Amino acid sequence: MEAEANSGSPEDSWAFIQRPGEGCRTVPLAGHVGFDSLPDQLVNQSISQGFCFNILCVGETGLGKSTLMDTLFNTKFEGEPATHTQPGVQLQSNTYDLQESNVGLKLTIVSTVGFGDQINKEDSYRPIVEFIDAQFEAYLQEELKIRRLLHNYHDSRIHACLYFIAPTGHSLKSLDLVTMKKLDSKVNVIPIIAKSDAISKSELTKFKIKITSELVSNGVQIYQFPMDDEAVAEVNGTMNAHLPFAVIGSTEELKIGNKMVKVRQYPWGTVQVENEAHCDFVKLREMLIRVNMEDLREQTHSRHYELYRRCKLEEMGFKDTDPDSKPFSLQETYEAKRNEFLGELQKKEEEMRQMFVQRVKEKEAELKEAEKELHEKFDRLKKLHQDEKKKLEDKKKSLDDEVNAFKQRKTAAELLQSQGSQAGGSQTLKRDKEKKN
Amino acid sequence: MKKRQKKNGGSPMDPLRQSPSRSSSRASSPRTLPCEMLGYVGIEAVLDQLKIKAMKMGFEFNIMVVGQSGLGKSTMVNTLFKSKMWKSTMPGLGVPTPQTLQLQSVTHVIEESGVKLKLTVTDTPGFGDQINNDKCWDPILGYINEQYEHYLQEEILITRQRHIPDTRVHCCVYFVPPTGHWLRPLDIEFLQRLCRTVNVVPVIARADSLTIEEREAFRHRIQENLKTHGIEVYPQKCFDEDINDKILNSKIRERIPFAVVGADREHIVNGRCVLGRKTKWGIIEVENMAHCEFPLLRDLLIRSHLQDLKDITHNVHYENYRIFRLNESHVLPRGPGWVNLAPAPASVPAPAGPQANPSPPKVGGWAKDNSDEEC
Repeated sequence: MEAEANSGSPEDSWAFIQRPGEGCRTVPLAGHVGFDSLPDQLVNQSISQGFCFNILCVGETGLGKSTLMDTLFNTKFEGEPATHTQPGVQLQSNTYDLQESNVGLKLTIVSTVGFGDQINKEDSYRPIVEFIDAQFEAYLQEELKIRRLLHNYHDSRIHACLYFIAPTGHSLKSLDLVTMKKLDSKVNVIPIIAKSDAISKSELTKFKIKITSELVSNGVQIYQFPMDDEAVAEVNGTMNAHLPFAVIGSTEELKIGNKMVKVRQYPWGTVQVENEAHCDFVKLREMLIRVNMEDLREQTHSRHYELYRRCKLEEMGFKDTDPDSKPFSLQETYEAKRNEFLGELQKKEEEMRQMFVQRVKEKEAELKEAEKELHEKFDRLKKLHQDEKKKLEDKKKSLDDEVNAFKQRKTAAELLQSQGSQAGGSQTLKRDKEKKN
Repeated sequence: MKKRQKKNGGSPMDPLRQSPSRSSSRASSPRTLPCEMLGYVGIEAVLDQLKIKAMKMGFEFNIMVVGQSGLGKSTMVNTLFKSKMWKSTMPGLGVPTPQTLQLQSVTHVIEESGVKLKLTVTDTPGFGDQINNDKCWDPILGYINEQYEHYLQEEILITRQRHIPDTRVHCCVYFVPPTGHWLRPLDIEFLQRLCRTVNVVPVIARADSLTIEEREAFRHRIQENLKTHGIEVYPQKCFDEDINDKILNSKIRERIPFAVVGADREHIVNGRCVLGRKTKWGIIEVENMAHCEFPLLRDLLIRSHLQDLKDITHNVHYENYRIFRLNESHVLPRGPGWVNLAPAPASVPAPAGPQANPSPPKVGGWAKDNSDEEC
């Protein structure tokens, strides 16, 4: 039991540690130390943090998605019932706070509205994939922040996707195949046969076999319950064979025997939801909640999210190893990109500034033109005005001249007239005299 | 649902860069509707699932013991984990006292009731042993920051491992020599710098040389010293989440620093086999609360607060380091404190300190920058 002492020479300032390799010794304990309380400490920590679980229900209208959620969690989830008036596929998300003994669960249920209602269903899967990606993106953004609050972050990534298959009894629809194929690399897909009280037992077995073979032949990877832990391997193994589960949902209760059970009543009989002989609902609840909830969350984080993150970062141009294999290349590439971006911004700013200057010049020129024109107009008017004035003055002058002349003539005439009248008087006298003579 | 949240601000004298706020709201949480379940659903089974997963993965814990030689650090570690982590050095047996500070690290896997714990203990022989102990905390800070750097680089890889190996130091136990007076300047300097980077638990070493009254007086003086210099030791007051935590942690804070005695020999006392130190005037039982406070230390470190130590390291200290690191890279692509983990082909002697070793060159530089920044 010797310590791995560092045999550096005394001149070594602080010779560094031997990094302990993978094969470290197991040391026996001489007494009770007490760290077997560690799992409990961890659990207490998780309890105070709370859990969150997000389920996505994908299925055509009328397959009983909301009812199944109500039945699974033994409650009536309030939420506005979906209006099916919008064209295209919508996703409706509601979050609920559930509490059971000391465990608090923040449950988010996302449902597709209008899936499969369109005439052209080619793009029906797109809103769903975009939604899932948006949740991953939000988490990635938070993780890449400098000041981040990851332990406080409400995880909205979808942990389980329940795909509702219509109980036709024959095979999967092509819409189902295409959608599941698009979703299988992004989320844990659990296909279930909805409203399975419409299928008889023999048809059901054939249907299940057909579905599984179609999924396999199309390469759709649905979620397999984990079998690496001995405690649950057996249970999960048997359950894996029963996939996809045929479920029925109901919130109506009836007293059978001395218990209230959830049932669906028909004239020909009563279907009990929690009866394993009638449907696989109990299996679904076991697997989804009681046995594998943690595994679903972990798969989402360590497989699907990591895949998304890798693709996204590679798309943005980051690499792990450069030709020089610099270790911190993520940061440097980021830095380079940032500089590039800033450079572009500056260029754009310059461009805009130049454009602005040019515009101003143009406008200025225009204004100058207008000013010149105005001046010219003003000059012309002034000249016109002067001309008119001159004309008028000339006229006035000539008029004055005429008046003067007239006046002169008038005085002359008057003079003449007065002389003439005198003379005329004498004249008239003379004439009168002559007449008399 | 309570969470620890970091709040920005705080004076430059704050030992912790960020202290969490009182509120427990989640950032960006959606509007939630409370629902009541009418029957048993089985959600609490997730706790068992967590436990199974944790037991399968095993736990990791990294502890560092710092103190002058001869204070019983190695013995203490052996006593804590009831196993021979390493040979406790006896003075004068031919083991040369290290001339300079060397960090030694040893990893063992211990198992108890199915719980596997990978324990790494880092010892610091030579700390404070020189005549001139200036900047003797640099190698230690450098080591701690190097672990953070490792983790950061693993975390920012494109293709990451499923479980990043955690070598970050979760707890640093600082051994105060039992002078009985007050904290020495070396202690204060060291504690001031370290409590910002790592969880520090100071203990009074070799407490069997002090009587009970002397211990109490010493403890009070140390607490005064800590308060005067603004040193926040674990459990930090600002991370108490609710009233229960506060009550529990206040009780612990009253007794910090614990007066401990370490022993790895067993003796028979009253028919029982106990760990203890045998002296001419009696046997000091390590696990007897009347003799020393070792059980308190053990309970704090292992039985009740181990997960909490790891959480604070991950959520606060590591995040602080990450912020500092990412901010710094924006100023210079490779700052003077950048740790080059690629094998350095031709090492350049860094202007770290008089005792800098060419390889690795820049970690010393890092520590220097750190202390420059904090001055």
